[in-house]
Amino acid sequence: MASTKKVKELQQRREEVLLGGGEKAIQKQVAMGKLTARERIVALLDEGSFNEYDLFVEHEARDFGMEQKVLHGDGVVTGTGSIGGKPICIYAQDFTVAGGSLGSMHARKITKIMDHSLKMRIPLIGINDSGGARIQEGVSSLAGYGEIFFRNTLASGVIPQISVILGPCAGGAVYSPALTDFVFVVDKISKMFITGPEVIKTVLGEEISMEELGGARVHSEITGNAHFFAETEAECFDQIKELLSYIPRSNSEPVEKIKVAEPDKKYSISRIVPADKKMPYDVRDVIRSVTDSSDFQEVQAKWAANIVIGFGRIDGKTVGFVANQPKVLAGVLDVDSSDKCGRFIRYCDAFNIPLVTLVDLPGYLPGVDQEHAGVIRHGAKVLYAYSEATVPKITVILRKAYGGGYIAMNSRHLRADFVFAWPDAEVAVMGPEGAANIIFRKEIAAADDPDKMRQQKVDEYIEKFANPYVAAAKGFIDSVIEPKETRSVLIHALGVSVNKSIGIPQKKHGIPPF
Amino acid sequence: MSKTSDKNRDASKKQGENKVELEDFAVEFRKYKTELTEKFKNRKKWEPKDESKIISVIPGKITKIYVSEGDVVVAGKEIMVLEAMKMKNVVISEVSGLVKKINVKVGDLVSKGKVIFEFELSVD
Repeated sequence: MASTKKVKELQQRREEVLLGGGEKAIQKQVAMGKLTARERIVALLDEGSFNEYDLFVEHEARDFGMEQKVLHGDGVVTGTGSIGGKPICIYAQDFTVAGGSLGSMHARKITKIMDHSLKMRIPLIGINDSGGARIQEGVSSLAGYGEIFFRNTLASGVIPQISVILGPCAGGAVYSPALTDFVFVVDKISKMFITGPEVIKTVLGEEISMEELGGARVHSEITGNAHFFAETEAECFDQIKELLSYIPRSNSEPVEKIKVAEPDKKYSISRIVPADKKMPYDVRDVIRSVTDSSDFQEVQAKWAANIVIGFGRIDGKTVGFVANQPKVLAGVLDVDSSDKCGRFIRYCDAFNIPLVTLVDLPGYLPGVDQEHAGVIRHGAKVLYAYSEATVPKITVILRKAYGGGYIAMNSRHLRADFVFAWPDAEVAVMGPEGAANIIFRKEIAAADDPDKMRQQKVDEYIEKFANPYVAAAKGFIDSVIEPKETRSVLIHALGVSVNKSIGIPQKKHGIPPF
Repeated sequence: MSKTSDKNRDASKKQGENKVELEDFAVEFRKYKTELTEKFKNRKKWEPKDESKIISVIPGKITKIYVSEGDVVVAGKEIMVLEAMKMKNVVISEVSGLVKKINVKVGDLVSKGKVIFEFELSVD
């Protein structure tokens, strides 16, 4: 039995270290509208579930007077706990201790908990709030980052990795979040960039604030670096909890099935999609009309909004949704939307989450900027990701599926398991206007009234080809269904696909068009 | 758990009501009614490169000018030094022709995008 004296010493040591950078630094943290590292962990994890390790780690800096300084926990809190009953590993950088700067022991604490999470096959959550490399530790600090990036990469696709940006995350430090699955940001708190406003001003003479350069909104709307945006830290933690409920602990475990609930009746699936193919609607309403309780957690909601991705449940089980969004840019595929859905498809495939694809797109976004931005190699990611995915893949064509877009959106040809189409669906090599213009060019040119002839030919084309039955006759569509049958058809198709097993050729890895 | 998703749902509904600014958007031969993104609206319109002009690609200081107005230069000729980021960037003419106008003098600070040289291209 430990002596009372020794126990008392332990208590004292703990008390001291748990204060982090001390009262003053904590007050500063609060003044910035931020919680402290340990408060964040308490708010995020199941009550009383957190066990902290390496509390008594000390830094190793021996230059610039650093040897005199005590940095509690070396600026990072690490441990294990649970969220919604799911075990997780977590680290949270403590900005109150030397600005959360990353020195060699700080990095070693992080890599230790990363190694745990990979060994134990449980999710890793990293809360970033750091001024960056600890300059006094020089190249040791860089080594620390490198060790983290390496582990992020090896763990990718094995365990879920979640990055939460709750403060600055600048310079090389940004690459750990960029290598993880999902990045969470909070308005006015998160700041991410490679080179900061100071350097940009010196080098390029451009003046910009941190917020405008790499704030939460920028990364949620412009860069696509962030996946979830929240107004407050509390909202951010709710989003993380919700996400964890949808995803498995690791790539070798299924997601637990939860109690099945019917969609909310206010989403009347038959009335969402206008018959006029030129008119928009919000495809998220279609998703909510088929998911359990009409729940849908959208990923990257504000970036490349012409495609919608996210998680919902059908019959109690998690499904990854990919859907063209006619409400934004008519739902075209472009550079950003291809990147967005390509990566999400690979995420779902890595973690054995079935994919449901809702198709309604006019094609690819035309433009010199798109071509020069490499829409060829970016667009190829969608084809690659769908072709490579071996999870159950189900497609529902809601309205339009033309040309290359039809092929890309999980067509039969990329090995969709089931392809359904609504009666209004048009599956064709291109839109009727374009097709008629080409096929009947001579007739139109020779006519007394070319416009009238053009319209007549367009109508003929629509009558003959703008329907789902041409593709159904070739077996490219398995079944034409009424909109109201969609949920039950999906439940059935997902049900029969549970034991899906297909192989891909043996290889070290493919060469995706990154 | 479903709390945030409810919130999102209401937010997306509200947004839908506020922003019903539908615009015509042509893909192939059909015009669709849809919302346009900021990125699309702000995209850089394509302009063919004007070879008769040299534009500074980086802000910096002109420290040397090797040619004068009226000189005839051939492609590959060093025409000036633009110092930026502590680097002496030698600007080389990509074209052959007559130096029509030099818009800077030694010591000038130039911003990014400024037209510094104008040529009258020689016709081969």
